Amino acid sequence: MLRRVPEVLVRARGLTKRFGAFTAVDGIDFDLFRGEAFGFLGPNGAGKSSTMRMIGCVSPPTSGELTILGGDPVRDGVAIRGRLGVVPQEDTLDIELTVRENLLVYGRYFGLPRKLIAERADQLLEFVQLTDRADSKVDPLSGGMKRRLVIARSLVNDPDILILDEPTTGLDPQARHVVWDRLYRLKQRGVTLILTTHYMDEAEQLCDRLVVMDRARIAAAGTPRELIEAYSSPEVLELRFAPEVHEAAAEKIKDLGTERIEATADRIMLYVDDGDEALERVRGTGLEPLASFVRRSTLEDVFLRLTGRRLID
Amino acid sequence: MGVSPPAALAPAPGSWELTVRSLRCWIVVYRRTWRSSIWSSFLGPLLYLGAMGFGLGSLVDSHGTAALGGVSYLRFLAPAILAIQAMQTAVGESTYPVFGSVKWNKIYIAAQASPLRPADIYRGHLLFNTLRIAMNSAVFLIVMAAFGAARSPEVVLGLPAATLLGLAFAAPIGAWAVTVKEGSSFNYVFRFGMMPLMLFSATFFPLSRLPGWLLPVAYATPLWQGVALCRGLSLGTLTASAAAIHVGYLAALSALGIWAGGRTYRRRLYV
Repeated sequence: MLRRVPEVLVRARGLTKRFGAFTAVDGIDFDLFRGEAFGFLGPNGAGKSSTMRMIGCVSPPTSGELTILGGDPVRDGVAIRGRLGVVPQEDTLDIELTVRENLLVYGRYFGLPRKLIAERADQLLEFVQLTDRADSKVDPLSGGMKRRLVIARSLVNDPDILILDEPTTGLDPQARHVVWDRLYRLKQRGVTLILTTHYMDEAEQLCDRLVVMDRARIAAAGTPRELIEAYSSPEVLELRFAPEVHEAAAEKIKDLGTERIEATADRIMLYVDDGDEALERVRGTGLEPLASFVRRSTLEDVFLRLTGRRLID
Repeated sequence: MGVSPPAALAPAPGSWELTVRSLRCWIVVYRRTWRSSIWSSFLGPLLYLGAMGFGLGSLVDSHGTAALGGVSYLRFLAPAILAIQAMQTAVGESTYPVFGSVKWNKIYIAAQASPLRPADIYRGHLLFNTLRIAMNSAVFLIVMAAFGAARSPEVVLGLPAATLLGLAFAAPIGAWAVTVKEGSSFNYVFRFGMMPLMLFSATFFPLSRLPGWLLPVAYATPLWQGVALCRGLSLGTLTASAAAIHVGYLAALSALGIWAGGRTYRRRLYV
């Protein structure tokens, strides 16, 4: 049987971006294959957006190797951008134009014939469920609608790669789900997605493979399942104690010798193979939690383990 | 695991093609918003021409027009207003609209993700501004002719002359405006740049009324060069050598601005 050879659309080796003395991206390696959804997960300031801008050919790399669609981002920027779709972090819609005009104007940037753009605009508005708003101005649209319009606009040139920088940041839960649903459909159609997010559920839902970025470097890479297996335990036992005994309980549990435990201000988390068994061991020491909860490990556990709980703004 | 390279990239379109793509966007936006710019574009200069040319003009003319070169005040003033209008359109279109395309409606940021390069984005916007200058100038020239405010048929060349004058302002100012961090910086241009130029560039009175030491300053300003060019054409008094100096000056300033714009836009957009 013939196995289809995967096509490498983006290849980065030692990719680095510096702004003066500040290193935003510090020698990262990754490959993006056709048809996959590839995620960059990381806290704010980890270097995700800088990486996206380099892939988008609007930020020349400081050093390292970056090949996009077989071309060099500095030398072949025009041709490469012609085959990319970009959904930037902040909406860049023209509020003086209508929903449809935004697509028409944008399509012209790519040198597409008017008729083709008009056809695609109708299809894309249908796809992002904005057909009934086609002739309304952009300004009164909700945040979720604007985001969907930006996604529609990014698809007007039928791109080989769709780059999404935090596609659902700032949206309410309903709007996020609509966006996810649309992105999922794109994925099913075989569109290659590359996205950044700091939402674990987003990464888990959409990404076939992802890298966790922290402080300008790649901290881990793999499928969501691989990452959970490598960096977390199968189950997590979460415990709550009364505030006055919380710290003492945490100390006592640490002595139990469980694989890994983490205490936050209000919870104690035990990363274990078997949550119920661990709960029994805790109870065996005479501790009685106010509440206990056994759950499967998620990407969030991986993320917090790799990037820590420090607050970054 | 074997990997195969993606299909070859298509050859990139040329600079002119990309500039026109950038221009098209501005034309679509203008079709939507032109109504709000009618006042400043057309009516303002006409009011100036009416009030100063006819109103003040009747007073000036009754005291003799020798200092004006023997022409009526209306004919003296009209080409200057043509030049002022070109400058005002140029400055207006290349300050806040440029700044806003980075900060507010982010037209540049959106365009940047497309094949357009910063220099294409700059040139497309500049080309649009140049068309706006030409349009306003054309309307004003028709009115000038209708009121008999021009003496020579050469006045039709006032259209390219005023457009070149506008370009000489729009190109460098747009190149600078993209680098500006606060929109309030533009007030300095309006107050300390445009205002004195408008008053002291042989516009409302001949340069002979200025103290002698100020003359070299006036000659060095782009607006004076433009006024002299437009007036020379309108009155039919332009010599070939004077035309060459004025056109050369304005063309050089435009070229300098266009060169700088490619660089400043790149620096601002490609970080």
